[in-house]
Amino acid sequence: MTATATTPRTGRPGQEPLLSVRDLRVTFRRQGEEPFTAVDGVSFDVRPGQTVGLVGESGCGKSVTSLAIMGLLPARGNTVEGTATYDGTDLLGLPPDQMRDRRGRDIAMIFQDPLSSLNPVIPIGLQVTEVLERHRGMRRRAARPLARDLLDRVGIPDPDRRLTDYPHQLSGGMRQRALIAMALACEPRLLIADEPTTALDVTIQAQILRLLKELVEETGTALVMITHDLGVVAGLCDEVNVLYGGRIVERGERHELFAAPRHPYTSGLLASIPRLDGARGAPLTPIPGSVADNLPWESACAFAPRCSQPVQRCTAETPRLEESAGRALRCFNPVEVTR
Amino acid sequence: MSLPTPANRRKERVDALAATAATGPGGALLEAGSVDEKPGVSLIASAWRRLRRDPVFLLGAAITLVFVVLALVSPLIAPHDPGANLLIDKVRPQTNPVPGPEPGFPLGADDVGRDLLSRLLVGSQQTLVVGVFATLFGLTGGLTLGILAGAFGGWVDSLVMRVVDVLLSIPSLLLAFSIAAIASRPSQLTVIIAVAAVQVPVFARLLRGSMLAQRHSDHVLAARALGVTRRAVVFRHMVPNSLAPVIVQSTLVLAVSIIDAAALSFLGLGNPNDRQPEWGQMLGRAQTYIYDSPHLAVYPALCIIVVALGFTLMGESLREALDPKSRR
Amino acid sequence: MARFIIRRLLQMVVVVFVLSLMLFFWLRSLPGGTVSAILGERATPQTRAALTKALGLDQPVWVQYWRFVERAAHGEFGTSTRVLPGADALDIFLSRLPATIELSFFALLLAVVLAIPLGYLSARRAGSPLDSGLVVTSLVGVAVPVFFLAFLLKYQLAVEHHVFPVSGRQDNLSCTRVTNFFVLDGLLTREYDCSVSALKHLVLPSLALATIPFAVIYRITRASVLEVLGEDYVRTAESKGLTARVIRGRHVLRNALLPVVTTIGLQTGGLLAGAVLTEKVFNWGGIGNALADAFEGRDYAVLQVLILAAAMIYVVINLLVDISYAVIDPRVRTR
Repeated sequence: MTATATTPRTGRPGQEPLLSVRDLRVTFRRQGEEPFTAVDGVSFDVRPGQTVGLVGESGCGKSVTSLAIMGLLPARGNTVEGTATYDGTDLLGLPPDQMRDRRGRDIAMIFQDPLSSLNPVIPIGLQVTEVLERHRGMRRRAARPLARDLLDRVGIPDPDRRLTDYPHQLSGGMRQRALIAMALACEPRLLIADEPTTALDVTIQAQILRLLKELVEETGTALVMITHDLGVVAGLCDEVNVLYGGRIVERGERHELFAAPRHPYTSGLLASIPRLDGARGAPLTPIPGSVADNLPWESACAFAPRCSQPVQRCTAETPRLEESAGRALRCFNPVEVTR
Repeated sequence: MSLPTPANRRKERVDALAATAATGPGGALLEAGSVDEKPGVSLIASAWRRLRRDPVFLLGAAITLVFVVLALVSPLIAPHDPGANLLIDKVRPQTNPVPGPEPGFPLGADDVGRDLLSRLLVGSQQTLVVGVFATLFGLTGGLTLGILAGAFGGWVDSLVMRVVDVLLSIPSLLLAFSIAAIASRPSQLTVIIAVAAVQVPVFARLLRGSMLAQRHSDHVLAARALGVTRRAVVFRHMVPNSLAPVIVQSTLVLAVSIIDAAALSFLGLGNPNDRQPEWGQMLGRAQTYIYDSPHLAVYPALCIIVVALGFTLMGESLREALDPKSRR
Repeated sequence: MARFIIRRLLQMVVVVFVLSLMLFFWLRSLPGGTVSAILGERATPQTRAALTKALGLDQPVWVQYWRFVERAAHGEFGTSTRVLPGADALDIFLSRLPATIELSFFALLLAVVLAIPLGYLSARRAGSPLDSGLVVTSLVGVAVPVFFLAFLLKYQLAVEHHVFPVSGRQDNLSCTRVTNFFVLDGLLTREYDCSVSALKHLVLPSLALATIPFAVIYRITRASVLEVLGEDYVRTAESKGLTARVIRGRHVLRNALLPVVTTIGLQTGGLLAGAVLTEKVFNWGGIGNALADAFEGRDYAVLQVLILAAAMIYVVINLLVDISYAVIDPRVRTR
């Protein structure tokens, strides 16, 4: 893996953010149910060329965040508040037609399960060229060589033949590559990848991650990486946001966060994954309980019931996200830094 | 390297929401599971909880209940004997083939002077008999074949399913007509058998399909691995888990068999003895006077439509409630 | 693809074999048995005995079956006793077939043209009053006995108000016959008034015959579109910013219509049963009406041709549906 040798690009603080999410709040309202806030005041920035991770367990609101930014939440049954400023325009305030013009052109998205995310009855080629037809106004025939090159670029062997293949004829890794080709077709400046490797074999996962990393570096595309897998974050992201119960609980530059997690949740996540450099036989420590045990953020720290070191305040007061020196933390009793 | 997250309520809710999010902007909103749903709640229990508040199911169940009660008490509340030709003196084949309403006979009489209201009321009884027995016969036949095929697989399965395929390859109503035509002396029983026979392959296929799916499912494999006998696996594990679609189908068949029985009567393949009235038979035989006295057909037809609709509404809402896919 | 078709054809052969066995035993079990089935019940004992011997009914069952197959292969099914006394049963079937095909075609056309768009609309607005109304309508449509609906339409629109003709296939216009599809014949011979008259006669019977296929196709379309709308690939299409038109046509409908095609095929076969009832009500000169008469009059010669033919038509339609499914679904085609 040659890419690991290159110096990691940290967030360039001087540069204007490409995407700036402020106080994003998504509430689902359904008949006969209490409103449910899936994303609760999330803010983060993505600068050009930067890779930002959104990390958390299932249900922490990371996928809903990405769908809200893309304008892909259902039209009914939910309210989205806050702003997501992309290049000076608030995406959340755009009329649906204008947002439709931007999707696939300015911002593209890669989804979790490549098989179900590809239309089974349409050849791969058409699924690539339709993006070019839509946003570049190209004829299908003219778009074909471009589609071929795209498939070639994402590492699909024999791209000419693959253009006419159907998704079921491709392997899992190949399908994900095809999805990436579709997302990159119009050279978007922002790419959102929602668990792009979860449905794949471990060996394929590494290949796809390497591909994403290379493409991002070549094209200067900013990447928002949504994952529950800290291994993915470690290899790819410049900045990491850890989400819990719909709120960001910790943010930091990748190396700093991994070396010195301050939030007990982040620390717990790191302790629960096997490490190659860890001592042999060192036990993995899972985080006890589940998100079902959450307390409401309005009056406490949602994580308190599962926390390894709660204090009195945790169940009585809402912790605020405190920022200092490029890091942010929402905790009354952070983990001591031991270097 | 996924995070240690047991299945839990909040996660499920968000997953459900994310799943609905998949419809995209302007997409239809799918029904979400109820908030109070606890993890691990059984299919039947959660289905019941949904059904209790489902107006479609309640309407269907109410119609069915009224129908069944009517069938039980109708002989007691019917003003006249449904088989007695009370107004036969008023029947004039040329001028007045069907006597109209008069005191004591609010709906008038049929072409042989029998009180129409009493016949409609008591007709519920035989109609229920036709529906229930046709469904029971069809179910029993289908269950036997389906369990045979599903439990043994191999050549038993091939043989049974080939016959079932052929039976299914004949339009069902046509099959019912053909079977009814075998009877040299048609009766209520031959009608029931003809209507039930067409449901046998349907039930067989349904049951076999769901048992086949289960033969390779984890809980059956686990039971096998634990050395549970074949009979116990089939009857304790596979049959109970295959019942949901069968129950749904049965409710729908109740409706179909009543309608089919009417069609048999219409073609002259029904029960010729009509002292004991049945709605389908009444409707089928009303065709002779359809232009002069359409009410002879309309009343039993309305009864059939309402009852069939009741069963169908119940069946459809059951299907929706029991289908894990729609439980989101 | 070729292997798929060959496999299906082989399966069909098995089905036809089992079908012929069943028909054979069905005929034997009819009141009076095969002899009555062929001669009718009024035959003299002498002719009965002669035929019993001629048919080899004293032979073992498998020989009898072989004879039966032989005769069927030669189109010898005997003569009609009631439907058209004295006429050859196969001829009755062949002469009546166009009428039924014409009626079924228009009924199915009506059902499909209404059911698919309404099913799509219903799914897009799931839960709206329009959707609920359509769902209830489709459920009522299934609950109404077909022949009663046919009577109702006939009574209201033909007998009471003379909007449409009461019965038959065409007014007496002395039209030229070419194919015996009356609408088509009128177009071919440029006798347009013949086509118009045939179309007018078609309206009510098609409407009655179309209710059940409409209800079934509508429900399947609705369910299928609802399911596809929730698929990941539709979200992917949205994420590409594709126009609503492309998403609707290429991504939603193309996938949603796959199960609908199967349903349409199955309904085509089922139409024949409905045709028996509808044709009787409208005195339509098709095989449905012939079947109704044959059942009523126990005309077994006609019955065995018509039932065998009906089942064969159904089997062939199913084969065609399977093949067309393979053509439109690459997952089947390229396996």
